[in-house]
Amino acid sequence: MTFTVEQADNGVTVVSVDGQLIVGNRNEMKEKVNEALEGGNTKFVFDFGSTGYIDSSGLGALVSVSKKVREKGGDLSLAGMNEDLRMLFELTKLDTLFKIYDSTGEAVEAF
Amino acid sequence: MDGAPLRLYVRRPLRQERAHGIRLTVEVPSEIEFVETAVDLVVRQSHHTPVPEKLIEFNLRVALTEALVNAIQYGNNADPEKCVTVCVRESEDEVEVTVTDQGNGFDPACIPDPRTSECLKRPEGRGLFLIQQLVHDLTFNERGNSLCMKLRRA
Repeated sequence: MTFTVEQADNGVTVVSVDGQLIVGNRNEMKEKVNEALEGGNTKFVFDFGSTGYIDSSGLGALVSVSKKVREKGGDLSLAGMNEDLRMLFELTKLDTLFKIYDSTGEAVEAF
Repeated sequence: MDGAPLRLYVRRPLRQERAHGIRLTVEVPSEIEFVETAVDLVVRQSHHTPVPEKLIEFNLRVALTEALVNAIQYGNNADPEKCVTVCVRESEDEVEVTVTDQGNGFDPACIPDPRTSECLKRPEGRGLFLIQQLVHDLTFNERGNSLCMKLRRA
């Protein structure tokens, strides 16, 4: 399974990405976030601790869902990225659009 | 649907091509679902070259994914009658991957910088920029339907 969605104790929705977030599975990720949004969840953490790579479609999908989440008054942060993934966000300046934490626990607690 | 199912066509190099360092040629149908398989194949073939594994596994993987998606979506307009050709060549100190579509080409200078404030919040437009950032050298043919990415020994 590529995406696992879990609720933390404080109500934050943690989306774990196993493998990659790319053109072939980005829509599945968007659907998972939409379902959670429709269920009333507005606080999201993306856990990239088990993610090998993300392409520009995956980056774009994160931009899209973050816009949607913020329109609902919520927020979305990112966690657990290795140095290659972090480099992608820095290169594209998307690190200025998202809060990025070293660990998922830290990101969940920050809400 | 009429005809044979779409599939990747992998061609091993002829002897004279091998002499020029060509390792592999892959014809990829213009369907996004083939991108991951094609990238896996090329990345596997590019191991054990002079280029560090880390650059092959991450930089080449992401750059080739971007190049193939652009070629399929924008170059070939996802036309099932067209394909994208990927050619992998190895030399003493680099790996060169050429991606060619059957479209009319484009002018890379016309693609805006995705880091500007006007573009930053857009969901698209980062593919070519990522390729430029992740490979050591990127060139286009005159028509603009073929790009050549080079990764070098550290």
